Amino acid sequence: MMKHRNSIVFWAGAAVFLIAVLSMTQIVRNEYPFFAGYVILQFIALAVAWSILGGYAGYVNFGTNAFFGVGVYTAVALFKATGAPLVVQIAAAAVVGMTLGFGVGLLTLRMRGIFFSIATIALAIIIETFVMNWRFVGGAAGIQIQRPPVMAPFDSYVKMLFFVQALLVVIAVSIARYIQNSRIGRGLQALRDDELAAECTGVPTLKLKLVACMISGALISAAGAPAAMYLQYADPSSAFNLSYSVSALAMALIGGTAHWIGPVLGAILLGSTQQLLAVTISSEVNVLVLGIMLVLFVVGAPKGIIGLLRPRYRLRAGGKP
Amino acid sequence: MKRRTFLGGAMAVAVLGQGSSASAQQPPIKIGMSMPQTGGLAGGGKASLLGIEIWRDDINAKGGLLGRKVELVVYDDKSSASETPAIYAKLVDVDKVDLLFAPYATVPTAPIMPFVKQRGLLLMGNFSFQVNSKVGHDMWFNNAPWGPADSWAASFLDLAQKAGGKNMALLTADQEFAQNLALTARDVAKKRNLPVVFDQVYPPNTVEFSSIIRALKAAKPDIVYVASYPPDSAGILRAVNEIGIGDDVKIFGGGMVGLQFAAVMSNLGSLLNGVVNYNTWLPEKSMYFDGTKEFFDKYTKRAVEAKVDPLGYYLAPFGYAMGQMIEAAVNSTKSLDQKGIAKYLRENEHKTIVGPIAFSADGERKETATLQAQFRGVKDKDIEQFRSSGKQVILFPEKLKTGDLISPFEAARK
Amino acid sequence: MDLLLGAVVLGVLLGCFYAAVSVGLSVSFGLLDVPHVAHPAFLVLASYGVYQLNESYDIDPLLAGLAITPLFFLFGLLAYRVYYETFERRGSDAAVRGIAFFFGIAFIIEVLIILQFGVDQRSVSATYIGKSWRFGEFRIPIRQLVAFAVALALTLLLAVYLSKTFMGRAIRAVAQDEEALRLMGANPVRIKQFAFGIATAVLGIAGALLIIVAPVEPTLDRAYIGRTFCVVVMAGLGSISGTLIAAIILGVAESIVLTLFGASWAPAISFAMLLGVLAVRPQGLLGR
Repeated sequence: MMKHRNSIVFWAGAAVFLIAVLSMTQIVRNEYPFFAGYVILQFIALAVAWSILGGYAGYVNFGTNAFFGVGVYTAVALFKATGAPLVVQIAAAAVVGMTLGFGVGLLTLRMRGIFFSIATIALAIIIETFVMNWRFVGGAAGIQIQRPPVMAPFDSYVKMLFFVQALLVVIAVSIARYIQNSRIGRGLQALRDDELAAECTGVPTLKLKLVACMISGALISAAGAPAAMYLQYADPSSAFNLSYSVSALAMALIGGTAHWIGPVLGAILLGSTQQLLAVTISSEVNVLVLGIMLVLFVVGAPKGIIGLLRPRYRLRAGGKP
Repeated sequence: MKRRTFLGGAMAVAVLGQGSSASAQQPPIKIGMSMPQTGGLAGGGKASLLGIEIWRDDINAKGGLLGRKVELVVYDDKSSASETPAIYAKLVDVDKVDLLFAPYATVPTAPIMPFVKQRGLLLMGNFSFQVNSKVGHDMWFNNAPWGPADSWAASFLDLAQKAGGKNMALLTADQEFAQNLALTARDVAKKRNLPVVFDQVYPPNTVEFSSIIRALKAAKPDIVYVASYPPDSAGILRAVNEIGIGDDVKIFGGGMVGLQFAAVMSNLGSLLNGVVNYNTWLPEKSMYFDGTKEFFDKYTKRAVEAKVDPLGYYLAPFGYAMGQMIEAAVNSTKSLDQKGIAKYLRENEHKTIVGPIAFSADGERKETATLQAQFRGVKDKDIEQFRSSGKQVILFPEKLKTGDLISPFEAARK
Repeated sequence: MDLLLGAVVLGVLLGCFYAAVSVGLSVSFGLLDVPHVAHPAFLVLASYGVYQLNESYDIDPLLAGLAITPLFFLFGLLAYRVYYETFERRGSDAAVRGIAFFFGIAFIIEVLIILQFGVDQRSVSATYIGKSWRFGEFRIPIRQLVAFAVALALTLLLAVYLSKTFMGRAIRAVAQDEEALRLMGANPVRIKQFAFGIATAVLGIAGALLIIVAPVEPTLDRAYIGRTFCVVVMAGLGSISGTLIAAIILGVAESIVLTLFGASWAPAISFAMLLGVLAVRPQGLLGR
């Protein structure tokens, strides 16, 4: 009963959020909020998607940048080859990301803990090297992209991208929420606490890990795909930048990984702090703040922001939204 | 990221606040830009910014533009392409700047080209390479001396062929700028039927170049064209010195980024001798124009406290020149109308501290003024030596030439 | 054939250098299970320390490296104490948050270096930098030979220390069975702290080698995260001799690809090797 009411609240909230975003694109004329907002939304999607594997299952994926870059370059290659529209680019990126996720999932067959993390770093470097040598998408020299005309009801492409990214955030969050409340989530949590014990009690660990890897990978790649049109430019060192991996991890941990709202809060906090610092203090200090925030949060608030807000999550991870 | 204002943050706000009361002062003219101040391009970005700041202080000392003070609005783009779209949207839509300068280098500039084209905004380019070729924006003007795309490789190969070079080796970094140079080099070589006997692309973060240089040496080339980035340039020259490159090589260098920066040059010292490399400004007598000396006097003083490149030849004077061109255009058209300024910039030749500048239709220089210069008589561990003429002898272009190529490479190294 | 031989020789030298920069991690991560992603940042910090001594007092970089080892030892003791108090003692997901913690530390170190030294790359001067040793047509850079010799000595010394001395054996014991050690009356935390101090102290020398082999810049650590972890994992956690072997394999593979095949594929080759090892033999080449 309680659960049912929570669902209604959640979906109503999501609808209100999307309507607000849509009407913002119709009313606000100044384009800057959409540029900045797009970046923050992108980080929310990344952090939520990352925590499906990293938070629920406890497999720390360092290769967020690999999935992100794969999303970007799937979009670039498809657009260059066929001129496919944005929706198709994103869908294709999700499929490729899911396939890559399957591959990463197979890695978890034999690797645990930090070994898995290192394997994902290695994978990211291999894929980046491949893209650097792929002349069709510009190789290391990068590629400039001409956006197609914008579609109604939007009057600028950035506003459309902003809305699309908001949609991706809603999709990512609802999937994360579904997983958290379903048997999958409980299974993942069991294998996170003790994989061997989970296996012994009949939790299908391999299947669950594969599912988590595929969903997480598909969502990260999908969130990366619009970046090609946002930047109208792609180069391997930007698309595969290690900072995506660190940011996704940092945002999820700062927010807390026990509940889907954690990564959302972490991404909003960290993302907007950086946008704010941009106009107030000097550049090196901006990087310093990321470092200090990371250290302070992991030391002082082991369960992240949600752990600070709702002490009960200290005792009982997951549960009701 | 950092916002630098005319008198420092707080003071500038105060000035803005009392704008109306203070002797009917008009609001300042705001020039907005992002600049790499952290990340890989930061060294160049900071030097470039200092050059622009010196121009701002000079023009304000003269009473500003159109009687208004000039104020810079600067944010850090972390050397990354993903930061600049939001920054330029903010500059235009929130800060409402009057004019835009581009960030140093191609990668951060590329994503904003479509934006300025769509909005019909003037953008003064800052050392990008061929960033407008696909976009075709008619209000883009690059301050860099590159000129037509293939002139870079062509000038180096001219020198090489004159010295008797019959085949070429190409060693390039797997990064954006170097790969663009490599493309034009391959094209030019093909047109001239110059066989390419070695063509290697090395990955970023390569630690040790001994093995690559051995392979290059084994190909026995006459001409060695290198397009590399700062950390690698040093590694390559060290390896060349240690492994040797063979007596056949007539000329070595061409597109090595990093050999323009004081820290790298003083690190390498005598290893530089003989290398023929591109440059933009050098303390040779042909390079002094109206105001050049005064600029470097100011730069040298301020570079110390700003902790930027003590020489500042490569980027800083071109930052200043960018300001000078805007100054000339605004003063002649007597307005801030961007179309008018663009028209003026396109149709006239501009006097700057780096010499006269004229633009072709794509917003690049009409003629290349990219120098090819040979290092000579360089000693170890001495930054000051690079301030005197004769350490980097200009071989190209003809107009600015101060000496002839010494060839082969091994002879020039002594 | 001649080229291949040269590539192998240079690769072995390069590999020994990789061993030197990884061997500290082999102790801190391999034996102590600390997810020390700030290891390369500590390494670069050491290089800047060496640079400072070389620049102001004209001290030989290797001596300078030796001079800062005690400082780094203390630094390591402190770092482990902080890590232990905040993570290990509280248990559970120490690894995940430990990674984030050390990433934060790495960022802070990067920024502090930038604030102090600026963003330009730095290098040192010494008589053996820039010269080469000739063997007929074949030439080997002397700085590489120096790095090779020092790296070899460092790795062997550490291997001997860990297997022959009392403290060394205690460190190995604590890695294998902490509880047993506790029952025997020793304090495992003290031993681990000491080991972490050793692992960090070694970075003094490794940092000197780093700046002898090539110039350094503040964000160089990011390039070494992959390489050092690759070596340590491929070696098999905590195996010092394995570290040397794995590093040499990595060095030779890189060198051969750079010389004979498309150089631009070099990073893919070495990391594909790592993935291969992880998939086939997760415990590494000489795993415990």
